Amino acid sequence: MKLRRSMLFLPGANAAMLSTAFVYKPDSIMFDLEDAVSLREKDSARLLVFQALQLPVYREIETVVRINPLNTPFGHADLEAAVRAGVDVVRLPKTDCAEDVELLEREVERIERACGREVGSTRLMAAIESASGVINAVSIAKASPRLIGIALAGFDYVMDMQTERGDGTELFYARCAVLHAARAAKIDAFDVVWSDLNDEAGFLKEVDLIKRLGFNGKSLINPRQIELLHNAYAPTEEEVEYAGRVVAAAAEGERKGLGVVSLNGKMIDGPVIDHARRVLQRAEASGTRK
Amino acid sequence: MKIVKEALAGTLESSDLLVKVAPAPGAGLEIVISSEVMQQFGAQIDHVVRDTLNKLEVTAGLVVVEDKGALDCAIRARVQTAVMRGAEAQQINWSALS
Repeated sequence: MKLRRSMLFLPGANAAMLSTAFVYKPDSIMFDLEDAVSLREKDSARLLVFQALQLPVYREIETVVRINPLNTPFGHADLEAAVRAGVDVVRLPKTDCAEDVELLEREVERIERACGREVGSTRLMAAIESASGVINAVSIAKASPRLIGIALAGFDYVMDMQTERGDGTELFYARCAVLHAARAAKIDAFDVVWSDLNDEAGFLKEVDLIKRLGFNGKSLINPRQIELLHNAYAPTEEEVEYAGRVVAAAAEGERKGLGVVSLNGKMIDGPVIDHARRVLQRAEASGTRK
Repeated sequence: MKIVKEALAGTLESSDLLVKVAPAPGAGLEIVISSEVMQQFGAQIDHVVRDTLNKLEVTAGLVVVEDKGALDCAIRARVQTAVMRGAEAQQINWSALS
């Protein structure tokens, strides 16, 4: 189980941020070659990200590159750079249907073979940014075994829906659809960015909502948001204590060869044990909630 | 790769560098480097610039580097970008960039 609570966006053309972002320790770092890069700097950002990905410090953190769509003049070269540099995950923006993922997968495999990288080692994620994408979320999520997750991207989605960001009502259906598609495909689900850096209370309110819905985490645009997010996702001491007893009881049951395990008179089954392990994993990553 | 026009890449922001390339009036390669950390890292910067140019098979031209404390990876990327822009390269030879 890879922990993916925080995915930090970094503008691909910014040398200083690319050189130092690992110190903030998000769960994943996403080098952006798409919206954060102006048209005249697409070439320089691509090469900067290509070089930065090969820094030893980025071997210890999951790296993601958001490429430009493959139907733009930049997408294919972005993909070459990311795959050849050894990126962990390629993020495809504006994914409207399963065929978009299938095309990406074919291109990734071609590049892997061309550069001698192990076929299948490049993982994928798809960002859903339109009404069509939301409607097709299930087929998108199941389009490739390489997919580690799907993400909802709020800005383009609300534009497509002819509305604007507000209290979250405008994202209600899309969040539920994307999340259910991810869960049905057994992959991760990521929520939209929170762009108002000065509204910490609003950010935490949204984090609380998406955590309760079941999202694995959120895309972030500022390192300041990482600790807030991780703390919000951290379990309480009571949750950690209970999870520890669940895992211990499950281990004891397995040692004794029991098919069913109980704790304090309550049956513990697979999903409960999995949940307990996730609680312990979050506690190990960032302690208990402060 | 042959530099056929002037080109710039990078910025003068901290941890970055600005690279300018231009066709040389005579033959040969002229490299001019200035850096805020010249005393400590001048030799390393020079090595990275020359190695990057060598892999791109740039044998002639003027290359001016103004460094603001960039890491080697940024130096490589900015030199590569400036050369490719200056050479008007349409195709990318990835093996020359690693």
